[in-house]
Amino acid sequence: MVEYTGQARDTGLRIKTELASRPTPSAMATPAILLRDVNLFYGANQALYDISMDIGERMVTAFIGPSGCGKSTLLRCLNRMNDLIDNVKITGKVEVNTLDIYGPKTDVIEVRRKVGMVFQKSNPFPKSIYENVVYGLRIAGINDKATLDEVCERSLRGAALWDEVKDRLDQSGLSLSGGQMQRLCIARAIANEPDIILMDEPCSALDPIATVKIEELIYALKEKYTIVIVTHNLQQAARVSDMTAFFWLGRLVEYGQTSDLFTKPKEKHTEDYITGRFG
Amino acid sequence: MRLGTLVRRGDPFVWLAGSGLGISLLMILGLLGVILVNGLGFFWPKPLLQLTLKDGVVLLGEPVTREVIPTPGVVDAPEQFRLQLKLGNRDLFGADFRWVDEAEITGRERPRDAFYFERREYGPLIGTPVRLTRGGDALATGPDAVWAALAPLIEQAEVDRAAIRTIERDEIGAINFAIERARLDMRAIDLRERQRPEQRLDAERAALDQEVVRQKALYDERQRALEALYERAAQTYLTVRASDGQEKEIRTLDIFRAYPANQLSWAEKAGVYASRIWEFVSGDPRESNTEGGIFPAIFGTVMMVVLMSLVAVPFGVLAALYLREYAKQGTLVRLVRIAVNNLAGVPSIVFGVFGLGFFVYFVGGTIDRAFFPESLPTPTYGTGGILWASLTLALLTVPVVIVASEEALAAVPRSMREASLAMGATKFQTILRVVLPAAAPGIMTGLILAMARGAGEVAPLMITGVVKLAADLPLDGIFPFFHLDRKFMHLGFHIYDVGFQSPNVEAAKPMVYSTTILLLGIVVALNITAIVIRNRLRRKYQTGAF
Ligand SMILES: Nc1ncnc2c1ncn2[C@@H]1O[C@H](COP(=O)(O)OP(=O)(O)O)[C@@H](O)[C@H]1O
Ligand SMILES: [Mg+2]
Repeated sequence: MVEYTGQARDTGLRIKTELASRPTPSAMATPAILLRDVNLFYGANQALYDISMDIGERMVTAFIGPSGCGKSTLLRCLNRMNDLIDNVKITGKVEVNTLDIYGPKTDVIEVRRKVGMVFQKSNPFPKSIYENVVYGLRIAGINDKATLDEVCERSLRGAALWDEVKDRLDQSGLSLSGGQMQRLCIARAIANEPDIILMDEPCSALDPIATVKIEELIYALKEKYTIVIVTHNLQQAARVSDMTAFFWLGRLVEYGQTSDLFTKPKEKHTEDYITGRFG
Repeated sequence: MRLGTLVRRGDPFVWLAGSGLGISLLMILGLLGVILVNGLGFFWPKPLLQLTLKDGVVLLGEPVTREVIPTPGVVDAPEQFRLQLKLGNRDLFGADFRWVDEAEITGRERPRDAFYFERREYGPLIGTPVRLTRGGDALATGPDAVWAALAPLIEQAEVDRAAIRTIERDEIGAINFAIERARLDMRAIDLRERQRPEQRLDAERAALDQEVVRQKALYDERQRALEALYERAAQTYLTVRASDGQEKEIRTLDIFRAYPANQLSWAEKAGVYASRIWEFVSGDPRESNTEGGIFPAIFGTVMMVVLMSLVAVPFGVLAALYLREYAKQGTLVRLVRIAVNNLAGVPSIVFGVFGLGFFVYFVGGTIDRAFFPESLPTPTYGTGGILWASLTLALLTVPVVIVASEEALAAVPRSMREASLAMGATKFQTILRVVLPAAAPGIMTGLILAMARGAGEVAPLMITGVVKLAADLPLDGIFPFFHLDRKFMHLGFHIYDVGFQSPNVEAAKPMVYSTTILLLGIVVALNITAIVIRNRLRRKYQTGAF
């Protein structure tokens, strides 16, 4: 039995979460992402407190919790997007496939290529659909037409968008519908062939039908990628994720198999949240 | 409705705002109207009026204006009018214009045979054609016969003049340029020899001598061709009788345009009008800029604005990029920003003085000493020229570009930068591939503002390279094609020069309006081009609307 340990130093309260069973043996042996005692400060304000958790390979892990609890902040720690904000201080250790991503010799570009990201607000570039998808290759200096074409098709197929756009690859990425744009952003992310895809509330701006499509896509993608998704929508977390982590006030309160967490939460806070008593 | 209610609803304020806009529009339309009427009306051929005065003098000319004769000090004096006539014939009468009291006039008529001739010098010739001769033999006599024979000769004259011009200006010009080059090379050899007396440069010198001999031979050959051309072209003479009975003989080669002013139909007038306007925009100036065209000034203006933009935009954008994307936002950056904004308000003549001191004397002088010592003391770059004028204007307009570019960069959404960075792009790649394209429309707006400001400036140009008459364009067929050291003509300066520095102010007045129209037209055309490009970019790089 391997222990997943979520800790929170909350006015003397210590929460220890044990998992009843492990999802897949391999994931436990080599977690895709390993966090140890991660603290994050925006200037003087602490946004994350002692986060320690392992995220399994090729499964979907959902971050839930009330707004402002630090879900996005933690997600952005995983590909060092917080580096872009002034006055951010991070302590603790984050490993992605055993690579210490905050290590002194680590190349942040390499980290971001390995850990792709899809944002809450879909943000395709004001370029053609084609150029959006091959952007990662272009910046890596790959300009060979055949390679680009191949990656473009593969990525768009991977994002379940190929059939809808194959005849208009030269149109602006901004001419697509909201759901298509979000899938375009996913295609753009997987064109980089990352190991991990981070998604920050990817469906919050979409209508229910587009949301279903993205959820189906997430389900398909976990065959190849480790996915971490932040969501506000508890049903969505229940539908798409294998593991769920509940955050509250910058602390990891409970982390476990989605089915367990939703049916028999161990923590009072978790129960209150999933039953809709707050948040 | 009660006043109180109106005030509370803000109606008076709306009226005030509305009338503010109305007055602005009225002023702009009024200005445009005055310029358009005066500038475009000038080219329309007017009838010729023949006046007989009480003292028997006969005057023939175009009526220009009619005004009340001022009678200061006399109360209730009956209104007396006077008429201004454009008589032309400066070589015969001494003055082109004359005021005539209407009380003096005993007879007015529009003689059928009065002709208006535009010629190379002395302004227009107005009178009745008498005879046309070639080498002493009369070709035609009497107005109608002469007019019939003259029309093809005038067309031929235009062709001949073009041929003469090609030889004189292009071919002989190139030869002179080469000879001058050789002379300077010779001096350069002298200088080198003086520095290092031991080296032998006789071979080079001999080559240069040979080149000069070759060019001189070419020159003689072209000179003979020119003489032959004159021989053939300058044989027909036209004799015209002016209103006072004097006869004047001119070469048909020197006639640019002629028309029987009182016989023209509407269509013929329109034809004269069109051909005059075409000459105006495409021709060279004549008669110290009071006649002919202003093509060199148009060319100079456009080229200067383009050069200015080529300098101002890259520098402005780079500066804005650093300020907005790289510099640590703090007091220093804020101070720089304030300084840049203030720079945009410095009077342009100050920039001119700086341009003269820095670019012309310092940079230009240094270039001359380093690269053109053989021409000294004649300056090459150490004197005003289109390059220095453009750089001075670029300095003047770069703050505008910086401010607009900074705003454009700031308007690029953070989410787009994050998308790029999250893909593993460096900051530099993100700026180059995402931020700059998205900011391009805004940067174009900066360019538009800069061009509008730059094209209208005159003061700084007057001391950094604009002249009233430049023989050669700064871009021509002689290697190295761009002659950035050359002085140039500019529409804004042209207006000032023609309107206020001309020896013949009366004749030049309409040119002021016409030139103004062109300057406005060019500014508008440049702006529209930039706006079209901007809208294209905007459509291409439109960012998401939420
Ligand atoms: N750029 C920032 N600068 C300062 N504080 C921030 C910044 N981003 C987020 N925070 C703070 O960090 C906390 C967590 O925010 P976030 O991770 O966005 O929450 P969530 O995604 O769970 O809604 C919030 O209190 C928020 O105010
Ligand atoms: Mg969030």
